[in-house]
This record gives sequence, C-alpha cells and structure tokens, in this order.
Amino acid sequence: MANILPPGTAAPDFTLHVTPDQSLSLRELRGRPVVLAFYPADWSPVCGDQMALYNEILPEFQKFGAELCGISVDGVWCHEAFVKDRHLHFPLLADFEPKGAVAQSYGAYRKSEGICERALFVIDKNGIIAWSYCSPVAVNPGADGILQALEDLPK
Amino acid sequence: MATLKGPIVPADHIQGDARAACTLVEYGDYECPYCGRAYPIVKRIQKRFGKRLRFVFRNFPLKELHPHAESAAESAEFAAVHEKFWEMHDLLFENQERLGGSLYLELAQQLKLPSKDLRAALENREFMARVRADFTSGVRSGVNGTPTFFINGRRHDAPFNYEDLLAAIEAALSQA
Repeated sequence: MANILPPGTAAPDFTLHVTPDQSLSLRELRGRPVVLAFYPADWSPVCGDQMALYNEILPEFQKFGAELCGISVDGVWCHEAFVKDRHLHFPLLADFEPKGAVAQSYGAYRKSEGICERALFVIDKNGIIAWSYCSPVAVNPGADGILQALEDLPK
Repeated sequence: MATLKGPIVPADHIQGDARAACTLVEYGDYECPYCGRAYPIVKRIQKRFGKRLRFVFRNFPLKELHPHAESAAESAEFAAVHEKFWEMHDLLFENQERLGGSLYLELAQQLKLPSKDLRAALENREFMARVRADFTSGVRSGVNGTPTFFINGRRHDAPFNYEDLLAAIEAALSQA
C-alpha cells in the first residue's frame, strides 16, 4: 500500500476544479478542519459507496465545523453527473490535469492503475495533517476513523 | 478492523437466544436492493444455525439515495412498539418495490395495527430519533454501506452471499 503523508506534515496546497467554471484551493479552507477523501472513481456499483455514505454523514462532520472534499481523477463533467445522480452536498475535486498530481503529492496515487488510493486525511485549522489513513482499495473505510480524528483535534 | 461500538441492548430488535455463541448484526436499509437480496440469505442462515445464532437488525437508512428508507424504518419502529417489529420488517423487505405511505397502511392493517396511529407517527416523525440513533451507532462502528454485517462485533468485510456468511459464522463459532 502507498506511503501516504503522515500526521504532523503540512498538507500540500492545491487548486482543483470543482465544476467546469469553479475551482477550490485548500488554503481557502484555512481556519477550520478539512477532511480530504481520495477515492478511486465515481460510479461504484453499490448503494452507499464511500461518497454516498459521507453524504449521509455530512451533518456529523459539520458538527465539528469541518469541510469535506472528495478527490478522484475523474473529470469535472463526470463529477457533475455523479453529484447530481447521488444528490451529494459536498464538493468533488477533479485531480484530472496533470492527472493525479495532487494525489501524488499526498502519496495517495496508484500509478499502475492510474487512480487514487482510498486515502483519508483530516487536516487541522492550521493546515497540518492531524490524521491519515489508507484503506485497501476494495474496502470502503467508513467514517468512524474520520469522526474520531475530528473529535481528537484540539479545541 | 472496524468493530461494533454500541453493545446489544434490550431496546434492539433481536431474534434468537441471548446466550447464543454467535451474534450477527445487520445495519440495513429497507429500500436498498442489496439489503433486499440479503434478506432471504439471513433467513437461511438463521435456519441453518438455529439456537447458536442471535440476529440483530439496526436501521441505516440512506435517505439521500432512497427517499422511502426513513419512512419504512419508522414504520417498522412503530410496529415494534406493538411487538410486531419482525413481521413488519419481513413484509417491508418482501414488498420493497412498493415502499410508501399506502403500503405502510396496508401492512399495518394486515398486522392488525392501528393504521391511524401509524399515519400520525409518520407525520410527526415520532420514531425519527430512534432510527437516527441506530444510524449514528452504525457510523461510529464503521458501517460502510448497506447492508453491513458484524459477526460477534467484527465487521464482515467479505461478500454477504450465503456461503461467505456461513463460513464467517462457522469461524466465529469455532473461536467462541
């Protein structure tokens, strides 16, 4: 499995497209906790895939004032269709060009397959990685680890 | 390894002997087709293990994906108050393509439950907190989709067809 960035590391900044005409930079979210969820691809063929699950749990993340961002190498149009289909209420970022560059900077890219790992990062309000976890790519990690990490952040 | 955080309590929906060597917990959604597929499998598993297995069902409605999942779960909770949880649980899965207000009332009638009270309970979201509490315990336990099974407190990450569940429960029993 990949060597993802460990806790204590400054989270590499990035600017990625969320929609065809909107982009988001990590530094814009400074001041509150951020959950970055890298995942292999849109359109997994199960109910409650990782992103759909997080969508349901969003209110729990928001209790901590946290922002959630999903990241995969899918393009903006793909993300847009996926967001619409699954009624997602949080942004999906397109790590599309250069492909997987942000995932690589977090150590969360699977070069052989050209997709992101299932890697989770909780970044504190100062932009430092407080917790990270990489799940086997076939196993949806759920959200228990993220919630625990948010709870453990200094108040 | 994800583990069940909320212990099994009397308020849970439980089938089988409290002293059973193995406890199978399902977090499920009445509108989820995969849970619908798991429903008869769980029945076969229960038959196979008899007294050695206790089964617990907890609600995990994915309401953004499944518009009827919460109301179905709340209907089952209503039935539970009248000691008809499992009858309602089974009927909801058996009529999964027809979930909605008129089905719930029809099933209430069939189970001789006061359908007027059911309608009021759904309107007032009387059982929303109960369903939500299950959901939260699931999130904290690492539920990662529906259905998610826990066998003696450990998340079952393999597929949930009959053979896989059978093997996982056999393994849990041999360690018990």
